[in-house]
Amino acid sequence: MDNAANVVQQFSFGKPNASSITFFFIVVFITLFATYMAAKRSQKTASSYYTGGGGISGFQNGLALAGDYMSAASFLGISGMVALKGYDGVIYAVGWLVGWPALLFLIAEPLRNLGKFSFADVVAFRLNQKPIKTAAAIGGLLVLLSYTTAQMVGSGSLIKLLFGFSYELSVVIVGIAMLIYLLLGGMLATTWVQIIKASLLLAGVTLITILVLAKFNFNPGELYGAVSQKYGQTALEPGGFIKSGADAFSLGLALMLGLLGLPHILMRFFTVPNAKEARKSIVWATTWIGYFYIIIPIVGYGATVLVTRETITSIDKGGNMAAVMLAEVMGGSALMGFISAVAFATILAVVAGLTIAASAALANDLWIGVVKGGKATETEKYKSAKTATFIYGIIAIFLGISFKGQNVAFLVGLAFAVAASANFPALFLSIVWKKFSTTGAVLSILVGGLSAMILIIIGPTVWVDVLKHAAPIFPYKFPTIFSLPLAFIAGWIGSIIAPDLKAQELFEDEKLRTYLGVGVADAHDH
Amino acid sequence: MDKKQKEVLESERFKSLVRRKWIVSYVLLALLFLVYYGYIFIIAGNKAALAVKIGEYTNVGLILGPLVIIISWGLTAFYVWWANNTYDKEVEELKKML
Repeated sequence: MDNAANVVQQFSFGKPNASSITFFFIVVFITLFATYMAAKRSQKTASSYYTGGGGISGFQNGLALAGDYMSAASFLGISGMVALKGYDGVIYAVGWLVGWPALLFLIAEPLRNLGKFSFADVVAFRLNQKPIKTAAAIGGLLVLLSYTTAQMVGSGSLIKLLFGFSYELSVVIVGIAMLIYLLLGGMLATTWVQIIKASLLLAGVTLITILVLAKFNFNPGELYGAVSQKYGQTALEPGGFIKSGADAFSLGLALMLGLLGLPHILMRFFTVPNAKEARKSIVWATTWIGYFYIIIPIVGYGATVLVTRETITSIDKGGNMAAVMLAEVMGGSALMGFISAVAFATILAVVAGLTIAASAALANDLWIGVVKGGKATETEKYKSAKTATFIYGIIAIFLGISFKGQNVAFLVGLAFAVAASANFPALFLSIVWKKFSTTGAVLSILVGGLSAMILIIIGPTVWVDVLKHAAPIFPYKFPTIFSLPLAFIAGWIGSIIAPDLKAQELFEDEKLRTYLGVGVADAHDH
Repeated sequence: MDKKQKEVLESERFKSLVRRKWIVSYVLLALLFLVYYGYIFIIAGNKAALAVKIGEYTNVGLILGPLVIIISWGLTAFYVWWANNTYDKEVEELKKML
């Protein structure tokens, strides 16, 4: 048996070494180059800033969506979960994919045809702009803030582990680099950063998978055999992750329908020219993300055998370094440096996507839509977008630093639960239900969002794990099993009590646009 | 809204297109729920079912996980195939009437 301490000595991350620094600069250089090219093509308009001009192809947008979605949490977190907990990590990975088909069936095409810059545009399309935009922007921002905080805190600890920078410096580097991309190149630059990052991530994970499988004669059965011999057959079987049917149902609802309410994902559909390309983007995104979640367990199990659970936990108890350590075992410090740089690009790209979505909520929905009553010149719109980006970037850095060392695992869950309960029901009802009224929409967003937040706070993830109470008041980790129906009921009650006759008329008119795409092109340039 | 647009909106052809779109969407969504929750509820109800070996070490669960992903992808691909071949053609026809 190796002494764990001796094994640890062999790993070279955490100290600035030549290869990781080189790859780090290569990644920064190519993303900045892409930003420069994007900046040259961008126009100084709000449309160009938020949507890249609407000229992204379905294939490109599919890769960019995959880039937005495959966060460091999925790459490092899920491979680590498989490495340490075995099959439970596989169950978790599967849940991350199933939202994409639902997004295609229910939302994607009408969203593309009705919206302009943000999902709030769609909810507000035929309803009273001010109250809806306020409520939808708050729902959106709540999701984005939780998600951003989780990403920033993760990035701080991760970059510290990978490159040896201090936590605060790491957070500031991510914040500033992301602001440079956004302020120079807007959505077009973000899209290219996402595409580059997704390609690098897929290539890196594929390479590790091939190297692992090569050790086992390209037979996954032999890899499973090695896992079984080392940690027993239970590592290949479901453990304690799924406790009850209701808990599992609630988790599934949050993961599946949460995707349909994530503002930064929804916003990407405005970068393609029409519903056909929106559809294509989802097929491509599902292809890449599905492939990723199919091979990531191989990386996890590879780490179980080739790095060992003891060595992984000696560096990071959560197992987040499993994939990076495996990379070093398989390909030396060069591959480790490459994978570290990919992880860095991943964090950067996701935070950039979140920030541009937040700037749309702040500037397009709240400032222009509510405060200015929709009346603003093109220059004002463009300037407010950039100002909002800058403000949100600073907030992100501040959140990252102030949550240092906090247990933020619940924040991603919170983001998905609020997205599923506050944003999705209102968005969906506004597309399919003629009688949906302004009051109904506002109530639905408020009831869904608040109930999701309160139930998370009194549930196991915050009440027990963060606040250290003995038992949770609400038994399930995910509140969606209650908060989602509550949001629909609130939307229904509000629409019955305060019907909106004008909106009902407009619903018929908007059908041509929703289903045939009539009137989309001319709305685009304004 | 001009007269032609009103005609298209009220035509049986347009209404039937919208109806068919949602039927396809809801049926595929139901299949997605069936596949994903089928998988999850088997785990919740009977963990041993996934531990049944089908190779020397490989078990049912290790095959089912990727299978759920592949079927979900297949449903997505089917929708796009349907929309490109059936839905879009009808959309073009209806647009000509405007």
